[in-house]
Amino acid sequence: MTATLTTALDAVSAVKEGDTVLVGGFGMAGMPVELMDALIEYGAGDLTIVSNNAGNGDTGLAALLAAGRVRKVVCSFPRQADSWVFDGLYRAGKIELEVVPQGNLAERMRAAGAGIGAFFSPTGVGTPLAEGKESRVIDGREYLLEYPIRGDVALIRAHIADSMGNLVYRKTARNFGPVMATAAALTIAQVSKVVEVGAIDPEVVVTPAIYVDRLVEVAR
Amino acid sequence: MSLTREEMARIVARDIPDGSYVNLGIGQPTTVADFLRPGSGVVLHTENGMLGMGRPAVGDEIDPDLTNAGKQPVTELPGASYFHHADSFAMMRGGHLDVCIMGAFQVSAGGDLANWSTGAPDAIPAVGGAMDLAIGAKQVFVMMTLFAKDGSPKLVPSCTYPLTGRGCVSRVYTDVATFAPGADVVRVVETFGISIEELSTRLDVPLVSSP
Repeated sequence: MTATLTTALDAVSAVKEGDTVLVGGFGMAGMPVELMDALIEYGAGDLTIVSNNAGNGDTGLAALLAAGRVRKVVCSFPRQADSWVFDGLYRAGKIELEVVPQGNLAERMRAAGAGIGAFFSPTGVGTPLAEGKESRVIDGREYLLEYPIRGDVALIRAHIADSMGNLVYRKTARNFGPVMATAAALTIAQVSKVVEVGAIDPEVVVTPAIYVDRLVEVAR
Repeated sequence: MSLTREEMARIVARDIPDGSYVNLGIGQPTTVADFLRPGSGVVLHTENGMLGMGRPAVGDEIDPDLTNAGKQPVTELPGASYFHHADSFAMMRGGHLDVCIMGAFQVSAGGDLANWSTGAPDAIPAVGGAMDLAIGAKQVFVMMTLFAKDGSPKLVPSCTYPLTGRGCVSRVYTDVATFAPGADVVRVVETFGISIEELSTRLDVPLVSSP
Protein backbone atom coordinates (compact mmCIF):
# COMPACT_ATOMS: atom_id res chain seq x y z
CA MET A 1 0.00 0.00 0.00
CA THR A 2 1.15 3.50 -0.77
CA ALA A 3 1.62 5.95 2.08
CA THR A 4 -0.66 8.96 1.87
CA LEU A 5 1.16 12.15 0.95
CA THR A 6 -0.65 14.99 2.65
CA THR A 7 -0.34 18.26 4.52
CA ALA A 8 0.94 18.44 8.08
CA LEU A 9 -2.45 19.62 9.36
CA ASP A 10 -4.36 16.85 7.59
CA ALA A 11 -1.85 14.23 8.73
CA VAL A 12 -2.07 15.09 12.43
CA SER A 13 -5.88 15.14 12.35
CA ALA A 14 -5.52 11.42 13.16
CA VAL A 15 -4.48 12.38 16.70
CA LYS A 16 -7.39 12.09 19.12
CA GLU A 17 -7.96 13.59 22.54
CA GLY A 18 -6.14 11.48 25.16
CA ASP A 19 -3.88 9.69 22.65
CA THR A 20 -0.36 8.46 23.32
CA VAL A 21 1.91 10.12 20.77
CA LEU A 22 5.48 8.98 20.12
CA VAL A 23 7.61 11.96 19.10
CA GLY A 24 10.95 11.34 17.40
CA GLY A 25 14.13 13.30 17.94
CA PHE A 26 17.06 13.59 20.29
CA GLY A 27 16.94 17.20 21.29
CA MET A 28 16.14 18.95 18.00
CA ALA A 29 17.94 16.37 15.79
CA GLY A 30 15.13 14.39 14.18
CA MET A 31 12.40 16.40 15.89
CA PRO A 32 9.41 16.76 13.51
CA VAL A 33 8.93 20.44 14.28
CA GLU A 34 6.37 21.16 11.55
CA LEU A 35 4.23 18.19 12.66
CA MET A 36 4.32 19.54 16.22
CA ASP A 37 3.27 22.97 14.93
CA ALA A 38 0.39 21.35 13.04
CA LEU A 39 -0.66 19.40 16.13
CA ILE A 40 -0.81 22.65 18.10
CA GLU A 41 -2.95 24.22 15.37
CA TYR A 42 -5.17 21.13 15.06
CA GLY A 43 -5.91 21.03 18.73
CA ALA A 44 -6.03 17.54 20.28
CA GLY A 45 -5.19 17.66 23.99
CA ASP A 46 -4.82 15.51 27.12
CA LEU A 47 -1.95 13.78 25.29
CA THR A 48 0.69 11.44 26.65
CA ILE A 49 3.94 12.21 24.85
CA VAL A 50 6.72 9.64 24.61
CA SER A 51 10.01 11.20 23.54
CA ASN A 52 13.63 11.22 24.68
CA ASN A 53 13.44 14.77 26.00
CA ALA A 54 10.66 17.02 27.20
CA GLY A 55 11.16 19.83 24.74
CA ASN A 56 13.99 22.22 23.98
CA GLY A 57 13.71 25.99 23.66
CA ASP A 58 10.29 27.24 22.59
CA THR A 59 9.61 25.29 19.40
CA GLY A 60 8.54 21.74 18.52
CA LEU A 61 7.59 19.66 21.54
CA ALA A 62 8.23 22.58 23.90
CA ALA A 63 5.59 24.61 22.05
CA LEU A 64 3.07 21.76 22.34
CA LEU A 65 3.71 21.62 26.08
CA ALA A 66 3.39 25.39 26.37
CA ALA A 67 0.02 25.18 24.60
CA GLY A 68 -1.24 23.00 27.47
CA ARG A 69 -1.99 19.95 25.32
CA VAL A 70 0.09 17.43 27.22
CA ARG A 71 -1.04 15.57 30.35
CA LYS A 72 2.00 13.34 30.75
CA VAL A 73 5.53 13.02 29.40
CA VAL A 74 7.37 9.69 29.26
CA CYS A 75 11.04 10.40 28.60
CA SER A 76 14.61 9.72 29.71
CA PHE A 77 15.98 13.23 30.12
CA PRO A 78 13.55 16.11 30.74
CA ARG A 79 15.96 18.44 32.55
CA GLN A 80 18.23 20.42 30.24
CA ALA A 81 19.64 23.91 29.97
CA ASP A 82 16.87 24.87 27.55
CA SER A 83 13.91 22.89 28.96
CA TRP A 84 12.33 25.87 30.71
CA VAL A 85 8.84 25.15 29.36
CA PHE A 86 8.72 21.66 30.85
CA ASP A 87 10.47 22.76 34.06
CA GLY A 88 7.84 25.44 34.69
CA LEU A 89 4.90 23.09 34.08
CA TYR A 90 6.44 20.34 36.21
CA ARG A 91 7.17 22.62 39.16
CA ALA A 92 3.63 24.01 38.94
CA GLY A 93 2.27 20.45 39.10
CA LYS A 94 0.66 20.82 35.67
CA ILE A 95 2.29 17.83 33.99
CA GLU A 96 3.02 14.22 34.91
CA LEU A 97 6.46 12.73 34.33
CA GLU A 98 7.60 9.13 33.93
CA VAL A 99 11.38 8.86 33.70
CA VAL A 100 12.61 5.81 31.78
CA PRO A 101 16.29 4.96 31.18
CA GLN A 102 17.06 5.77 27.55
CA GLY A 103 17.87 2.22 26.50
CA ASN A 104 14.75 0.84 28.16
CA LEU A 105 12.69 3.56 26.48
CA ALA A 106 13.97 2.49 23.05
CA GLU A 107 13.68 -1.24 23.79
CA ARG A 108 10.14 -0.92 25.21
CA MET A 109 9.04 0.67 21.93
CA ARG A 110 10.99 -1.91 19.94
CA ALA A 111 9.16 -4.62 21.89
CA ALA A 112 5.80 -3.02 21.10
CA GLY A 113 6.62 -2.93 17.41
CA ALA A 114 7.91 -6.49 17.41
CA GLY A 115 4.98 -8.06 19.28
CA ILE A 116 6.98 -8.89 22.39
CA GLY A 117 4.81 -9.11 25.52
CA ALA A 118 7.52 -7.93 27.95
CA PHE A 119 11.23 -8.44 28.45
CA PHE A 120 13.83 -8.62 31.22
CA SER A 121 16.38 -5.79 31.24
CA PRO A 122 19.43 -5.43 33.50
CA THR A 123 19.15 -1.63 33.37
CA GLY A 124 18.04 0.01 36.60
CA VAL A 125 18.59 -2.94 38.94
CA GLY A 126 19.28 -1.67 42.47
CA THR A 127 18.14 1.88 41.63
CA PRO A 128 15.02 3.85 42.61
CA LEU A 129 13.61 3.16 39.12
CA ALA A 130 13.38 -0.54 40.01
CA GLU A 131 10.65 0.15 42.58
CA GLY A 132 7.50 -1.84 41.94
CA LYS A 133 9.07 -3.85 39.12
CA GLU A 134 9.15 -7.62 38.99
CA SER A 135 12.72 -8.89 39.08
CA ARG A 136 14.25 -12.21 38.17
CA VAL A 137 17.71 -13.72 38.41
CA ILE A 138 18.70 -15.32 35.11
CA ASP A 139 22.05 -17.09 34.86
CA GLY A 140 23.21 -15.39 38.06
CA ARG A 141 22.32 -11.85 37.00
CA GLU A 142 19.34 -9.78 38.13
CA TYR A 143 16.92 -8.30 35.59
CA LEU A 144 13.75 -6.20 35.72
CA LEU A 145 10.55 -6.90 33.82
CA GLU A 146 9.80 -4.12 31.34
CA TYR A 147 6.60 -3.74 29.35
CA PRO A 148 6.16 -2.43 25.81
CA ILE A 149 5.27 1.19 25.10
CA ARG A 150 2.75 1.49 22.28
CA GLY A 151 1.68 4.68 20.61
CA ASP A 152 -1.60 5.58 18.98
CA VAL A 153 0.36 7.79 16.62
CA ALA A 154 4.08 8.25 15.93
CA LEU A 155 5.36 11.57 14.63
CA ILE A 156 8.88 11.21 13.25
CA ARG A 157 11.27 13.00 10.94
CA ALA A 158 13.26 11.22 8.25
CA HIS A 159 15.37 12.53 5.37
CA ILE A 160 13.94 11.08 2.16
CA ALA A 161 10.89 8.92 1.47
CA ASP A 162 9.68 7.27 -1.68
CA SER A 163 5.97 7.56 -2.33
CA MET A 164 5.36 4.10 -0.87
CA GLY A 165 6.76 5.31 2.45
CA ASN A 166 10.21 3.69 2.49
CA LEU A 167 12.42 5.94 4.59
CA VAL A 168 16.07 6.87 4.84
CA TYR A 169 17.38 9.09 7.60
CA ARG A 170 20.25 11.50 7.95
CA LYS A 171 23.12 11.06 10.41
CA THR A 172 22.20 11.13 14.13
CA ALA A 173 18.74 12.51 13.31
CA ARG A 174 17.82 8.84 12.82
CA ASN A 175 17.79 8.18 16.60
CA PHE A 176 14.30 7.05 17.71
CA GLY A 177 12.59 7.34 14.30
CA PRO A 178 12.93 3.73 13.07
CA VAL A 179 11.82 2.28 16.43
CA MET A 180 8.87 4.63 16.88
CA ALA A 181 7.70 3.95 13.31
CA THR A 182 7.14 0.31 14.31
CA ALA A 183 5.51 0.99 17.67
CA ALA A 184 2.44 3.08 16.80
CA ALA A 185 -0.90 2.20 15.23
CA LEU A 186 -0.38 5.08 12.80
CA THR A 187 2.98 6.51 11.74
CA ILE A 188 3.37 9.95 10.22
CA ALA A 189 6.78 10.79 8.78
CA GLN A 190 7.91 14.30 8.00
CA VAL A 191 10.57 14.17 5.30
CA SER A 192 12.67 16.70 3.39
CA LYS A 193 11.87 15.14 0.04
CA VAL A 194 9.55 12.54 -1.47
CA VAL A 195 10.94 10.67 -4.47
CA GLU A 196 9.32 8.25 -6.89
CA VAL A 197 9.15 4.53 -6.13
CA GLY A 198 12.38 2.86 -7.18
CA ALA A 199 14.53 5.93 -6.62
CA ILE A 200 15.79 4.67 -3.25
CA ASP A 201 18.18 1.71 -3.39
CA PRO A 202 16.37 -1.09 -1.50
CA GLU A 203 19.69 -1.89 0.22
CA VAL A 204 19.73 1.46 1.99
CA VAL A 205 16.09 1.64 3.14
CA VAL A 206 16.11 1.96 6.94
CA THR A 207 12.36 1.99 7.66
CA PRO A 208 10.42 -0.20 5.23
CA ALA A 209 7.16 1.29 3.96
CA ILE A 210 5.03 -1.24 5.85
CA TYR A 211 5.52 0.90 8.97
CA VAL A 212 4.65 4.25 7.41
CA ASP A 213 1.10 5.50 6.86
CA ARG A 214 1.32 9.20 6.09
CA LEU A 215 4.05 11.38 4.58
CA VAL A 216 4.43 15.12 4.91
CA GLU A 217 7.03 16.85 2.76
CA VAL A 218 8.75 19.82 4.38
CA ALA A 219 11.73 21.12 2.41
CA ARG A 220 14.74 21.83 4.60
CA MET B 1 50.29 18.27 43.44
CA SER B 2 46.77 17.22 42.62
CA LEU B 3 45.86 16.91 38.95
CA THR B 4 44.16 19.54 36.83
CA ARG B 5 41.09 18.49 34.88
CA GLU B 6 43.24 18.33 31.76
CA GLU B 7 45.80 16.07 33.44
CA MET B 8 43.00 13.78 34.64
CA ALA B 9 41.69 13.49 31.09
CA ARG B 10 45.21 12.69 29.88
CA ILE B 11 45.57 9.86 32.39
CA VAL B 12 42.20 8.35 31.53
CA ALA B 13 43.08 8.50 27.82
CA ARG B 14 46.41 6.76 28.56
CA ASP B 15 44.55 3.84 30.21
CA ILE B 16 42.16 3.16 27.32
CA PRO B 17 43.48 0.13 25.42
CA ASP B 18 44.21 0.67 21.73
CA GLY B 19 41.35 -0.34 19.48
CA SER B 20 38.67 0.01 22.15
CA TYR B 21 35.08 1.04 21.46
CA VAL B 22 34.46 3.82 23.97
CA ASN B 23 31.54 5.96 25.11
CA LEU B 24 32.40 9.32 26.68
CA GLY B 25 29.76 10.74 28.99
CA ILE B 26 28.51 14.31 28.95
CA GLY B 27 30.73 16.93 30.58
CA GLN B 28 34.28 16.29 31.74
CA PRO B 29 34.56 12.79 30.19
CA THR B 30 34.11 14.39 26.75
CA THR B 31 37.54 16.03 27.17
CA VAL B 32 39.25 12.60 27.19
CA ALA B 33 38.87 12.60 23.39
CA ASP B 34 41.41 15.43 23.17
CA PHE B 35 44.13 13.19 24.61
CA LEU B 36 43.63 9.96 22.66
CA ARG B 37 46.81 9.07 20.86
CA PRO B 38 46.57 9.41 17.07
CA GLY B 39 46.66 5.91 15.65
CA SER B 40 45.29 4.38 18.85
CA GLY B 41 42.38 2.95 16.87
CA VAL B 42 39.94 3.96 19.61
CA VAL B 43 36.43 4.34 18.16
CA LEU B 44 34.00 6.65 19.92
CA HIS B 45 30.37 5.63 20.39
CA THR B 46 27.65 8.15 21.06
CA GLU B 47 24.39 6.72 22.34
CA ASN B 48 22.27 8.82 20.01
CA GLY B 49 23.31 6.46 17.26
CA MET B 50 26.85 6.70 15.95
CA LEU B 51 30.21 4.95 15.98
CA GLY B 52 33.23 6.81 14.68
CA MET B 53 32.39 10.18 16.15
CA GLY B 54 34.95 12.87 15.42
CA ARG B 55 35.90 16.12 17.10
CA PRO B 56 33.43 18.96 17.75
CA ALA B 57 32.16 20.68 14.61
CA VAL B 58 33.05 24.30 13.99
CA GLY B 59 31.89 26.91 11.48
CA ASP B 60 30.56 25.43 8.26
CA GLU B 61 30.91 21.90 9.62
CA ILE B 62 28.02 22.42 12.03
CA ASP B 63 25.10 20.23 11.01
CA PRO B 64 22.00 20.08 13.25
CA ASP B 65 21.54 16.42 12.20
CA LEU B 66 24.95 15.43 13.58
CA THR B 67 25.29 15.83 17.34
CA ASN B 68 26.75 14.00 20.31
CA ALA B 69 24.87 12.81 23.39
CA GLY B 70 25.24 16.28 24.88
CA LYS B 71 23.49 17.62 21.76
CA GLN B 72 26.64 19.48 20.69
CA PRO B 73 27.51 19.48 16.97
CA VAL B 74 30.25 16.98 16.10
CA THR B 75 31.96 15.57 13.01
CA GLU B 76 32.15 12.06 11.55
CA LEU B 77 35.36 10.11 10.89
CA PRO B 78 36.06 7.75 7.99
CA GLY B 79 34.53 4.38 8.92
CA ALA B 80 31.71 5.95 10.92
CA SER B 81 28.27 4.33 11.04
CA TYR B 82 24.80 5.42 12.09
CA PHE B 83 22.12 3.29 13.74
CA HIS B 84 18.86 3.75 15.60
CA HIS B 85 18.45 4.06 19.34
CA ALA B 86 17.43 0.47 20.07
CA ASP B 87 20.54 -0.79 18.24
CA SER B 88 22.70 1.78 19.99
CA PHE B 89 21.65 0.56 23.42
CA ALA B 90 21.67 -3.08 22.35
CA MET B 91 25.38 -2.79 21.51
CA MET B 92 25.90 -1.27 24.96
CA ARG B 93 23.71 -3.65 26.96
CA GLY B 94 24.91 -6.60 24.91
CA GLY B 95 28.49 -6.12 26.14
CA HIS B 96 30.03 -4.94 22.88
CA LEU B 97 31.25 -1.60 24.20
CA ASP B 98 34.68 -1.84 25.86
CA VAL B 99 34.80 1.27 28.03
CA CYS B 100 32.39 3.92 29.21
CA ILE B 101 33.59 7.02 31.05
CA MET B 102 31.23 8.95 33.30
CA GLY B 103 31.21 11.55 36.02
CA ALA B 104 29.82 10.74 39.47
CA PHE B 105 28.42 12.25 42.65
CA GLN B 106 29.54 9.19 44.61
CA VAL B 107 31.14 5.79 44.07
CA SER B 108 31.04 3.12 46.76
CA ALA B 109 33.95 0.92 47.81
CA GLY B 110 32.20 -1.97 46.06
CA GLY B 111 31.82 -0.05 42.80
CA ASP B 112 28.22 1.16 43.09
CA LEU B 113 27.69 4.31 41.03
CA ALA B 114 25.53 7.34 41.90
CA ASN B 115 25.56 9.99 39.19
CA TRP B 116 22.02 10.81 38.07
CA SER B 117 20.24 12.38 41.01
CA THR B 118 21.10 14.02 44.30
CA GLY B 119 17.74 12.86 45.58
CA ALA B 120 16.79 16.44 46.46
CA PRO B 121 12.99 16.64 46.78
CA ASP B 122 12.66 19.54 44.32
CA ALA B 123 14.95 18.06 41.67
CA ILE B 124 13.47 17.08 38.30
CA PRO B 125 14.56 13.48 37.80
CA ALA B 126 16.49 12.88 34.56
CA VAL B 127 18.51 9.74 33.91
CA GLY B 128 19.20 9.72 30.18
CA GLY B 129 21.40 6.78 29.21
CA ALA B 130 23.43 6.63 32.42
CA MET B 131 21.80 3.51 33.88
CA ASP B 132 22.11 1.63 30.59
CA LEU B 133 25.75 2.64 30.20
CA ALA B 134 26.59 1.77 33.80
CA ILE B 135 25.55 -1.86 33.47
CA GLY B 136 26.27 -2.25 29.76
CA ALA B 137 29.87 -1.35 29.07
CA LYS B 138 32.52 -4.00 29.86
CA GLN B 139 34.41 -1.43 31.95
CA VAL B 140 33.07 1.71 33.58
CA PHE B 141 35.62 4.43 34.35
CA VAL B 142 34.54 7.28 36.62
CA MET B 143 36.15 10.74 36.56
CA MET B 144 35.55 12.99 39.54
CA THR B 145 37.27 15.07 42.20
CA LEU B 146 37.84 12.88 45.25
CA PHE B 147 36.37 15.41 47.65
CA ALA B 148 33.25 17.54 47.35
CA LYS B 149 33.46 21.31 47.84
CA ASP B 150 32.63 20.83 51.54
CA GLY B 151 35.56 18.39 51.86
CA SER B 152 33.41 15.26 52.16
CA PRO B 153 34.75 12.24 50.25
CA LYS B 154 32.94 11.04 47.13
CA LEU B 155 34.45 7.55 47.42
CA VAL B 156 32.28 6.18 50.23
CA PRO B 157 31.47 2.93 52.09
CA SER B 158 28.01 3.00 50.53
CA CYS B 159 26.30 5.64 48.38
CA THR B 160 23.83 7.96 50.06
CA TYR B 161 22.64 9.35 46.72
CA PRO B 162 20.24 7.28 44.56
CA LEU B 163 22.12 4.59 42.62
CA THR B 164 22.66 4.54 38.87
CA GLY B 165 24.05 1.00 38.88
CA ARG B 166 25.25 -1.62 41.33
CA GLY B 167 28.85 -2.84 41.46
CA CYS B 168 29.53 -1.53 37.97
CA VAL B 169 32.56 0.79 38.39
CA SER B 170 35.95 -0.69 37.55
CA ARG B 171 38.16 2.42 37.89
CA VAL B 172 37.78 5.75 39.69
CA TYR B 173 40.02 8.52 38.35
CA THR B 174 40.27 11.46 40.72
CA ASP B 175 42.44 14.55 41.05
CA VAL B 176 44.57 12.95 43.79
CA ALA B 177 44.47 9.21 43.15
CA THR B 178 43.18 6.44 40.92
CA PHE B 179 41.25 3.61 42.58
CA ALA B 180 40.02 0.15 41.64
CA PRO B 181 36.90 -0.71 43.69
CA GLY B 182 36.60 -4.29 44.89
CA ALA B 183 34.34 -6.50 46.97
CA ASP B 184 36.41 -6.27 50.17
CA VAL B 185 38.97 -3.56 49.63
CA VAL B 186 39.68 -0.62 47.34
CA ARG B 187 43.00 -0.79 45.55
CA VAL B 188 44.93 2.47 45.20
CA VAL B 189 46.35 2.28 41.70
CA GLU B 190 48.19 5.59 41.54
CA THR B 191 48.51 8.71 43.70
CA PHE B 192 49.15 12.35 42.78
CA GLY B 193 50.63 14.44 45.58
CA ILE B 194 48.91 12.61 48.43
CA SER B 195 50.12 9.78 50.64
CA ILE B 196 48.29 6.50 51.21
CA GLU B 197 48.27 7.42 54.93
CA GLU B 198 46.44 10.68 54.26
CA LEU B 199 44.00 8.93 51.92
CA SER B 200 43.34 6.32 54.64
CA THR B 201 42.68 9.08 57.15
CA ARG B 202 40.32 11.04 54.93
CA LEU B 203 38.44 8.11 53.37
CA ASP B 204 36.12 5.80 55.28
CA VAL B 205 36.89 2.82 53.02
CA PRO B 206 39.49 0.04 53.39
CA LEU B 207 42.44 0.79 51.08
CA VAL B 208 45.26 -1.36 49.86
CA SER B 209 48.23 0.02 48.03
CA SER B 210 48.90 -1.39 44.58
CA PRO B 211 52.26 -3.16 44.32
